[in-house]
Amino acid sequence: MPDAAPPILAQFQTADGQRTGPPLSLPSDVTPEQLTILINSFLSHDDPRPYSFYIDDTEIVRSVHADILAASTSTRSAEDTLTIVYQPQAFFKVRAVTRCATSMTGHTEAVLSVSFSPDGSQLASGSGDTTVRIWDLTTDTPRHTCRGHAKWVLAIAWAPTGRVLASGAMDNHVRLWNPATGEALGGPLTGHKAWITSLAWEPLHINPRGTRLASSSKDGTVRVWDTTLRRCLFTLSGHTAAVTCVKWAGDGRIYSSSRDKTIKIWNPDGSLYKTLAGHAHWVNTLALSTDFALRTGAFDHTGKMPENEEQAGAWALERYNALRGGAPERLISGSDDFTMLLWDPAASNKPVAKLCGHQKLVNHVSFSPDGRLIASASFDNSVKLWDGVTGKFLASLRGHVAAVYQVCWSADSRMLLSASKDSTLKVWDLKTKKLKIELPGHADEVYAVDWSPGGDRVASGGKDRVLKIWKH
Amino acid sequence: MPQNEYIEESIRRHGRRMDHAERKRKREARQVHKDAEFAQKVHGLKAKLYNKKRHSEKIQMKKTLKMHDEKNAKQKTDDAVPEGAVPAYLLDREGQQRAKVLSNMLKQKRKEKAGKWNVPLPKVRGIAEDEMFKVVKTGKSKSKAWKRMVTKPTFVGDGFTRKPPKYERFIRPMALRYKKANVTHPELKATFQLPIIGVKKNPQSPMYTQLGVLTKGTIIEVNVAELGLVTTGGKVLWGKYAQITNNPENDGCINALLLV
Repeated sequence: MPDAAPPILAQFQTADGQRTGPPLSLPSDVTPEQLTILINSFLSHDDPRPYSFYIDDTEIVRSVHADILAASTSTRSAEDTLTIVYQPQAFFKVRAVTRCATSMTGHTEAVLSVSFSPDGSQLASGSGDTTVRIWDLTTDTPRHTCRGHAKWVLAIAWAPTGRVLASGAMDNHVRLWNPATGEALGGPLTGHKAWITSLAWEPLHINPRGTRLASSSKDGTVRVWDTTLRRCLFTLSGHTAAVTCVKWAGDGRIYSSSRDKTIKIWNPDGSLYKTLAGHAHWVNTLALSTDFALRTGAFDHTGKMPENEEQAGAWALERYNALRGGAPERLISGSDDFTMLLWDPAASNKPVAKLCGHQKLVNHVSFSPDGRLIASASFDNSVKLWDGVTGKFLASLRGHVAAVYQVCWSADSRMLLSASKDSTLKVWDLKTKKLKIELPGHADEVYAVDWSPGGDRVASGGKDRVLKIWKH
Repeated sequence: MPQNEYIEESIRRHGRRMDHAERKRKREARQVHKDAEFAQKVHGLKAKLYNKKRHSEKIQMKKTLKMHDEKNAKQKTDDAVPEGAVPAYLLDREGQQRAKVLSNMLKQKRKEKAGKWNVPLPKVRGIAEDEMFKVVKTGKSKSKAWKRMVTKPTFVGDGFTRKPPKYERFIRPMALRYKKANVTHPELKATFQLPIIGVKKNPQSPMYTQLGVLTKGTIIEVNVAELGLVTTGGKVLWGKYAQITNNPENDGCINALLLV
């Protein structure tokens, strides 16, 4: 009978393979909390930081003995030198949303898109009743109703400064709104020949004034607009079918996915940089590993406000570089061929990994705010989790009884929220990879969901025309 | 017998007489008066036929007028915002069943309590016992008459076993048992063949409910799992009520309307 907790020889290592400290002899019932104290003393941090620990890509949740040595699939014994990879966690913790704080009525048709501003202080929603509404988050009441579009508003996007809101609609127009007054900033930006599918603003660290906007359309083009001059700078036409999603990456390039089965990458001057082919059917969605930094720009969890544009740009660049961590941005694309492809567009034209497992089309993919995990929402009623670097399958989150439309992450990457056709939202815990909280309440399909960057609230809207705010 | 198209030939050669258009216009103008005179004078079967013909002519005329009105009216349908907005990721994905959440559990429960439904067929024809049941004579000399055979279609649950003949008062014939109903969803305007789960209420009498008799107006519970409806709580809904809209004993099938 071996000892219940034999000592092990362990070596700490960072995620990119650098060793920290000498190999140590540890009792094998050492817990992650004890390892955290140890690694903080090694790195001589003044204030202790949270870390998570992995051995052979398996997270240590209870203790080394329980999770690694005693696991049925283990190939490790106490006599091996174990390499413990540590990864820093978010400083702050987001509390799971548990209840519906407010149901805000006002829209007279389905709510199609919901978005918090980059600093989390404002909320906007676009609806099938042709209006964009801006909501007051302190009192949970409607603040402004922006009328102007003639058809369903399909996409909304906040400028990274938070001072302009863009909306794209079925009437082929892009409009700009001032969220403080609710008034339109000039007339529509016209040019597209079919409806707008997605909008993306230029990241704050490239242009601290944040004035350029890319819009993708069903007509197969992406147009880049200068919102101050109010004209189309250039049109990216190369796709042969509808463009489904557009992203403006941190290096200034524009990524567009299309129903012609390709993803195209465009240089900042509008020339084609690369075409990524690999999918066998429509490409539905794109996500970048730096999405969270690009979305929130200069604003972080501390709530500091930049004094001027230069400072905002510098902060945004700092946050972007911190999230990127020296490696180039990774791209994930979800498709109607039931797979996702993970790309390293800077390195090659070939995908890094093909993520197979879904049994129906993948509708939405999202990188966690720290860029380490990928969540994918599929019409096969499941959400799947994948490693953000290698693309390895981690877990399948089952519980929805109908197609999952959208996923969104909490800012600390510890929780995941999914919105489904079955009229519920579900919060998933990523430590246990289980359902944490179920949030029924909508009377019909949930089309759009957003977790505020600060993590204090969630907004969701759907076919029942009600915008719901969920809180802890 | 006229030889060939001599009238047309003549018109072609010599043209029409000078006042042809004028005569034609007058004849047409006179025609309405002639018709009116005839309509007032006619009686009997001829009147019946004539009125019927005139009626359909008038309908046709009204339709034509309406069509002309529509053509002349200003078109503004382009500005109308279509109903049923869907997000960008669901556009162009037609052909997928978009069943609405129609169930409101609370409402349904409340109705159940009151025992009242706002049903498509609120009134049914009463069926007397002697129409519903046939007396089966039993005993050695066929003198006993306590046994009944149900003469209407019935639903019999899966696990049902017939009682021994001595105790079986009601016989439900195998040939008149039904397991499936053709259920129409009133909002999707689609019909599905769904398995019957049970008989909720037969408006004729509670005894018929107990026996599972399927007559016109009966409320049945059907299995709607394959329709993919969900409750507000996000659970798959499988039992829903439907009302029978035909006379199953005449038709040999069960048509029902889903209650939503």
